[in-house]
Amino acid sequence: MEPLQRSSDEGIMITVFAGGGIGYGATSDLSPAGIKRAATSAADWAKTSAARTVIDFSKIAMPRTSGRYASRTKTPWLGAPLTERVNRLRDLCAKLKTSNEVVDWSTGVWAARTESLLLTDSGSEIEQTIDMIMPGTTVRVANAADTQTRSLGGYGNARQGGAEALDDLGFWSGGERVTQEALQLLAAPNCPAGVMDVLLAPDQMILQIHESIGHPLELDRILGDERNYAGRSFVSLDMLGTYQYGSPLLNITFDPTIGNQIASYAFDDEGTPATREFVIRNGILERALGGTLSQQRAGKPGVANSRAVNWNRPAIDRMANLNLEPGTSTMEEMVSQIERGVLLKTNNSWSIDDSRNKFQFGCEWGQLIENGKLTSVVKNPCYRGISATFWRNLKAVGNSATNQLMGTPNCGKGEPNQAIPVGHASPPCVFSAVDVFGGEA
Amino acid sequence: MSIRGSDIRERIERVLNETVAQASSHEFIACYYSGEVSDFCRINNSLVRQAGTVEQHYLDIRIFRGSRSATGQVTLSGSPEIDSPRVRAEVSELRSQLDHLPEDPFQFYATEPKSSESLATNALPSSHTILSSILNKTRGHDFVGILASGGIYRAFANSAGQRNWFESYSFNLDWSVYARSDKAAKSSYAGFSWDEAEFTRLLSQTIEQQEVLRRPDVAIKPGKYRVFLSPQALGEVVGILGWGGFGLKALRTKNSTLLKLAQGEAQLHPSVNLSEVSTAGVTPDFDSFGFNKPRKVSLVDGGKYASSLVSARSAKEFGTAPTGSSEWEAPVALEMGSGTLPSAEALARLGNGILVNNLWYLNYSDRVSCRITGMTRFATFLVENGKVTQPLGVMRFDDTIYNMLGTNLEALTVEQSYMLENSTYSQRAIGFQRLPGALLKELSFTL
Repeated sequence: MEPLQRSSDEGIMITVFAGGGIGYGATSDLSPAGIKRAATSAADWAKTSAARTVIDFSKIAMPRTSGRYASRTKTPWLGAPLTERVNRLRDLCAKLKTSNEVVDWSTGVWAARTESLLLTDSGSEIEQTIDMIMPGTTVRVANAADTQTRSLGGYGNARQGGAEALDDLGFWSGGERVTQEALQLLAAPNCPAGVMDVLLAPDQMILQIHESIGHPLELDRILGDERNYAGRSFVSLDMLGTYQYGSPLLNITFDPTIGNQIASYAFDDEGTPATREFVIRNGILERALGGTLSQQRAGKPGVANSRAVNWNRPAIDRMANLNLEPGTSTMEEMVSQIERGVLLKTNNSWSIDDSRNKFQFGCEWGQLIENGKLTSVVKNPCYRGISATFWRNLKAVGNSATNQLMGTPNCGKGEPNQAIPVGHASPPCVFSAVDVFGGEA
Repeated sequence: MSIRGSDIRERIERVLNETVAQASSHEFIACYYSGEVSDFCRINNSLVRQAGTVEQHYLDIRIFRGSRSATGQVTLSGSPEIDSPRVRAEVSELRSQLDHLPEDPFQFYATEPKSSESLATNALPSSHTILSSILNKTRGHDFVGILASGGIYRAFANSAGQRNWFESYSFNLDWSVYARSDKAAKSSYAGFSWDEAEFTRLLSQTIEQQEVLRRPDVAIKPGKYRVFLSPQALGEVVGILGWGGFGLKALRTKNSTLLKLAQGEAQLHPSVNLSEVSTAGVTPDFDSFGFNKPRKVSLVDGGKYASSLVSARSAKEFGTAPTGSSEWEAPVALEMGSGTLPSAEALARLGNGILVNNLWYLNYSDRVSCRITGMTRFATFLVENGKVTQPLGVMRFDDTIYNMLGTNLEALTVEQSYMLENSTYSQRAIGFQRLPGALLKELSFTL
C-alpha cells in the first residue's frame, strides 16, 4: 500500500471594494495580526486598482443573502475504522492481478470535506459544508508489443456524499471487469479510421460536454479574462438567445441543486442563490455561465457559478454541475440504428483549441457497431471534430435509465491557476458523421 | 506591509524543530515546508480584473516507525500559539494511524544529514509599482495577463538533524497583446529584479507584431508542412514528455511514453540531448524526503534514452539511487542542448512553411507510439520565401515524437531561451526550461 495521505487546510480571504477598485488579501495566518495584514493588503490593492479596473466595482450590486447548506452524506467515508477501509481496498486491489500481463494495478479513494463561511458587511452570512469522494481503479496490461490501460470511469467518478457513493458507482464490484477489459484491449486491433457514427458512453460524454459546451459558455472567457491562459470562446454575447448550438435533441442544464452530484451547493462564492437553469434548450443557446459580477459586466443573464477552489484563490466563473438532459432512446435502440460506427468509453486524452472549437479526444475502450450490432473490441480509439458543428449532428439521446451522474475533481482554469471539482451527468448519445481513427500501426 | 523573509524563516524553523523533536526513540520524523507571500495582479484589456496578496504556509509531516509510515499536511500561521497545538495534534493523529496501516516495503528516506541553505536578497520593487508601470505602458492596447511576484520558501528538517532552507524572490509577468479575435502576440518577463527598460523592450516586441497579426488569417489544408518551433512551442512538446515519459516508475510498469526509446526500438535525432539540471538559487537542492538532487540527470543523450528520474519510493522499489524527484518523477528544470542554426537565420532556412510561436493543450493521442496532438495558438504565421506573410488560422497537429524530434528534425538553434515556470496551481511553481528553437522538415497537421 502506498502511504496514506491526509491534509487539513485553513485560511481566510478578505475582499475590499473601495473607490471603484477591488483588492484581496488571503492568508493562512489566522492570528489577529495575520488577519489584519490580509485586510490591509486588500485595502491597498483596492486603492491601487481604483479607476483602473475592468468595471467600476462601486456600481456592482452584489447579493445580500444568508443561509446554510450541507451535503446529504449518508455514510461518512472517514467514519469507518481505518483498518476496515484499508483492508477492503487491499482486498479489491488483490483481485485485479489475474494475469501475468497485468503489470500495474491500483485502487484508491480520495475524500474531502470543505467548510466555508461567507460574511459581508451588508449582512450576508452563508455557511456551507460539502463532502466529496472519488474512487479510482486502474489496471495496466502489457506484452512485448503494447501497453493498454483500463479504468473504472477514468477521473469521472467524483461525487458529493460519503461511502454510499462507492456502492452507487459499482466501485466494490467493478474491479474484475476492469482487468478483463484491459486484457481484451491488449488483444484487440487498432480502431479503424473513417467517417462514421459514434455512440459516446456517459464517461466520454462528460468530457465532451465539459470541453465543448461548458468552457466556451463561461462568461468570463467570453469577456476576455481568460485569453492569456485558458483561452477565449467561439461564442459571443450576441449569440445568447438565438444561436443553434446543437440539434433539437440537445438540452443542457446548469444544476447545483442535485444533492449527490459533486458541484452541488446552495450559494456560489459571491453569495448568489443557486438555481437550476436551462443553458441550451432544444438546441438553442439561452444563457452563458457567469456569476453576478460577470452578468453585470456583460448585461446578460447567467447562473450562480462564481466559485473559488480554496481560501487562497479569488472566485471566477466555473461550471458547477452542467448536465445533458436525458432523451427517449434505450441503449438497444441507439445501437440498432447505427449501420457503421463505434461505441467509445472512458476518456483518456483531451485537447481543444483556445476558442473551444477544434477538438480531439481519445478513449480507453472502443467497440465496433456493424449493422446495428456491437461487434469487435478495438483499442486506441480517437475522434476529432469542431464544436460549432459537432453538436448539430446529435441524433439520439439515451433515456433516463441510461443517465449517469459523474464529475471530476480537477478542472483547471484562471490566473492564478485553480483546479476545482465540476459535475456532469449524461446519458449515452449518438453523433453522426464523425472523423474516427486509431493508434499507430 | 507584508511579512519579511527573515521573519518567516525564524518562525518556520521553530515549528520544524519542534515537530521533529517529537520523534520517540523508535520513530523517525521528516518535515517538508512550502510557503510563499505572493502578489497576483490579473489584467484584461489593460485594466485590473483581480489584484491581491496571498500568504500561505504548508507543512508536510512524515512519521516512520519500522516499515510503516503516515503522512499529513497542515497549514501554518507562523504564530506558535496556533501552530504548536496544530502540529502536536497532527503528529498524534498520524501515530494513531500507524497501528492500522500495513507494512510498506518501499518506504525510503534520507538518514545521512546533508544540510544546506540557499538565501536570497529581495530585490523586487513593490508590485503596486510594477502594476502601475504595466498599466501605463499598455494603455490603448488589448493587454491581457498576470503578474505574480514575491517570496517563495522551501525547507526540510528530519530527526537525524538535517536542515535545509531555500528562498527565492522572483516575479513572472506573463502576457498577450491581442490584435483581434484569437490573434495575439505572447510574451513573458520573469526574473529576480525588475528592469523597466527590459520590460519596455519585450512589450515593444509584442506590440510590433500587431500589424502582421491584423492581416487576414490564411487557412491551410491538413497535411505535412515545414515548421519552425520557437523555444516556447518546443517547450510545450518536451514539457508533455514530463507527463509519464522520464519517470522510472512509468518505465518499469510499461507506461512510459518513451518506452520504445528506452528499449532501443526507436531513437531521436542525434542532436537531441535532454537533461534535468539543478541550479542553485532557482530550484531547491533537496526533495521532500531529504535527498539531495544531483547537479545533472541526463535523460536523453545523443538521441538515445540515457536515464530516468527517480523518486525516493521508486529508488527503493527498483533498487537504484533517487534523483530528488517528486512522486510524479517529472522534470522541474529541463535543459535541451543547443544546435548549430543561428536564430537569425531560422526563417530563411524555413523558406516556405509555418512559424509556430506557441502551442496549446497538448496531450498524447497514442501513448505507446508517443504520438502527441495539440493546437497552434497566438502568433503562428505562414512563412513564404523566408518572410512572415500572414497569420495562420489555428491548426491541430498530431505526430509522434520520433518524427518531430527524430527523422524530421532538421536543426536546433544555437541560442537557447530561459523560461521560468509560471504555473500557479495551489502555489507558485519553481522550475524552468532552457531550450533552443527547432526546425522540422515536416509536421503533420490534421484539422
